[in-house]
Amino acid sequence: MYKILEKHELVPNIHLIKVSALAVAKKAQPGQFVIVTIDEKGERIPLTVADWDREGGSITIVFMEVGTTTQRLASFNAGDSIYSLVGPLGIPTHIDTYGTVVCVGGCYGIAAMMPIARAMKEAGNTVISVIEARSRYLLFWEEELKRASDQLIVTVGDGSHAPERWVPDQVKHIIDTGGTIDLVVAFGCTYMMKLTAETTKPLGIKTIVHLSTVMVDGTGMCGCCRVSVGGETKFACVDGPEFDGHQVDWDVLLSRQSGYQDEEIRSLQDWETRRWRKI
Amino acid sequence: MEEKEKKEKIPRQPMPEQDPKVRIRNYKEVPFGYSPETAMQEASRCIQCKNPGCRAGCPVEIDIPAFINKIKEGDFPGAIAKIKEKNLLPAVCGRVCPQEVQCEKTCILAKKGEPVAIGRLERFIADWERNEAEKAPPDKKAAPENEAVKAAPTGKRVAVVGSGPSGLTVAGDLILKGHDVTVFEAFQVPGGVLVYGIPEFRLPKAIVAAEVDYMKKLGVRFECDTVVGATIAVDELFEQGYDAVYIGVGAGLPVFMRIPGENLIGVYSANEYLTRSNLMKAYLFPEYDTPIIRGNNVVVFGAGNVAMDSARTALRLGADKVRIIYRRSRDEMPARIEEIHHAEQEGVEFLLLAAPLNFIGDDDGRLIGVRCQRMELGEPDESGRRRPVPIEGSEFEVDCDTAVVSIGAGANPLLTKATPDIQLNRRGYIIAEPETGKTTKKGVWAGGDIVTGQATVILAMGAGREVANSIHNYLILGW
Repeated sequence: MYKILEKHELVPNIHLIKVSALAVAKKAQPGQFVIVTIDEKGERIPLTVADWDREGGSITIVFMEVGTTTQRLASFNAGDSIYSLVGPLGIPTHIDTYGTVVCVGGCYGIAAMMPIARAMKEAGNTVISVIEARSRYLLFWEEELKRASDQLIVTVGDGSHAPERWVPDQVKHIIDTGGTIDLVVAFGCTYMMKLTAETTKPLGIKTIVHLSTVMVDGTGMCGCCRVSVGGETKFACVDGPEFDGHQVDWDVLLSRQSGYQDEEIRSLQDWETRRWRKI
Repeated sequence: MEEKEKKEKIPRQPMPEQDPKVRIRNYKEVPFGYSPETAMQEASRCIQCKNPGCRAGCPVEIDIPAFINKIKEGDFPGAIAKIKEKNLLPAVCGRVCPQEVQCEKTCILAKKGEPVAIGRLERFIADWERNEAEKAPPDKKAAPENEAVKAAPTGKRVAVVGSGPSGLTVAGDLILKGHDVTVFEAFQVPGGVLVYGIPEFRLPKAIVAAEVDYMKKLGVRFECDTVVGATIAVDELFEQGYDAVYIGVGAGLPVFMRIPGENLIGVYSANEYLTRSNLMKAYLFPEYDTPIIRGNNVVVFGAGNVAMDSARTALRLGADKVRIIYRRSRDEMPARIEEIHHAEQEGVEFLLLAAPLNFIGDDDGRLIGVRCQRMELGEPDESGRRRPVPIEGSEFEVDCDTAVVSIGAGANPLLTKATPDIQLNRRGYIIAEPETGKTTKKGVWAGGDIVTGQATVILAMGAGREVANSIHNYLILGW
């Protein structure tokens, strides 16, 4: 059992939990994930590690309420325990000196981008963090990211902040105003990453995307996280989760992500029915 | 002479089982097991050979005639003690060992076609013991049953990586020899393939849990949620004070067919299909939260035991039609005869001498069919089986909404990539000394499927037995 030490809602539907997990805290690297099962009957889902405290033996996870597991996890409080948590899994983000690195974070990906931006800066890169949300009130960790980067660009989809509403607009804006970009790392919803990769491809900017797929074991044993990259089948859990965004077959990814849509709806209905009965 | 003839007249006792029509709608175990009377009658068929062939046929060398004799005499505690001298997982082995090619094959009565039902007897006696333990008062339950046979503590520590059949065997053997043993498991519960791979209707998970509990009583510690190679490195185990490390991580890499359409929704590896259903209990969805596609029309590629398990699982998940598609003929099917027989009884169809060319999907990326090609058998290949050769112009389509690819498994590279000083063969399996299981890294042993490639539970246990002896020698005498 893994005890939740802290829990709060950062913005509507996006939650932060700090969990006691000694072994994972010792090892976690930027871009890695853990597989979490909330109780004995729960599903195994991957969640990215957003931060860690090596001495204190805890890790921080930021997640968005999407399906049953994340909704139920959101109902947990400090003091509650998670049944199973295993990691750190996946290949860590390749940290190197590239020059100017644009770290893109959208939604829950804003948190996951934190350790990557920090490590890229420490490696001597000029880090421009670009964070995206649908609206102003869904943004978080602006101050933290500002500190971790050389520049922070905030972009919101409803246009309340700047005329450039989405990440790809911002990337183009940087290039159009004479800036150079050596690497883009994108972390967030699949559409945002797809559009970002499609924008950078003609510009010839290397773009690393962090794919989220359905997983079971997370150790390369079942193959349910398979994605098509450069015409080859790869396992997101052990070959990734980061891949060259220009090589990813986005249609296969989007289609496989929706593979259990009907079951997800049924599971949510079942959980909500049970929850209402309790109330 | 006279007595011998009399014994042979008792026919091999059948084991009652669930009606196929009923059992395809439930997950309960198929055979019910022997009653004490039937078991004693079956045991009386054994002629107690001077040079028992059965014992030589057993990879872990159980004293088979001795335990059977005790059953015959009604000394059930004595019988189970005899087995546990050599095998701490009898309830598992009695169910999943291929006895027909091991102990029962070399039984002297097999020459007349009806060997003693050794597997059924092993299963009977293991179940008897478990039921007795459940009936026992709680204060008796707590006592470690085998404390008497446990050697004095040696102060040596052993890390076992993987809690499947070989890992459990190594752990059990070494704890009895007085070493301190910790088993590391990546999943949330111990058991490895016994838990994620073999279905409930063939090996109830409560039985695996009971055998694991027995190990715990003996003092074996289990650390779940630990991926050695990710959570902790092999070298870190030594830093933490372990004196020896055993790697028994199995063949955990799904093999796909590399044909177009394999990433469509509805195409599963057998590993994924079975893990969802068995470990995660997707058959109880939504009570258990892991989903699985409940196809109506399921095809399974391959004809080994795992393919049979997948096909029978599909039926229990509600499929109307389940077909096994295999590129060779019935004679070459690698599954146990009993498994094929059970699958057939339950209505699984066999489409033989056919191989897939590509999967067909709809606009949403969901599987709707597979294009296949007829095959014929040519000359034998290196495996000794006749090679399937495609017949030109014989392409045809098969409708299906779920496909399970069950054509074998490979070596999972997670641990070995993280431990580069362990040498691998061309196919990624660990190179280990045949007699001892020693790897090229000092203090590290390996056994089971990660050395041999995908094999059976009992062979992995046999490997575990040899390795345990070697580790023990090392801990006492040195590398």
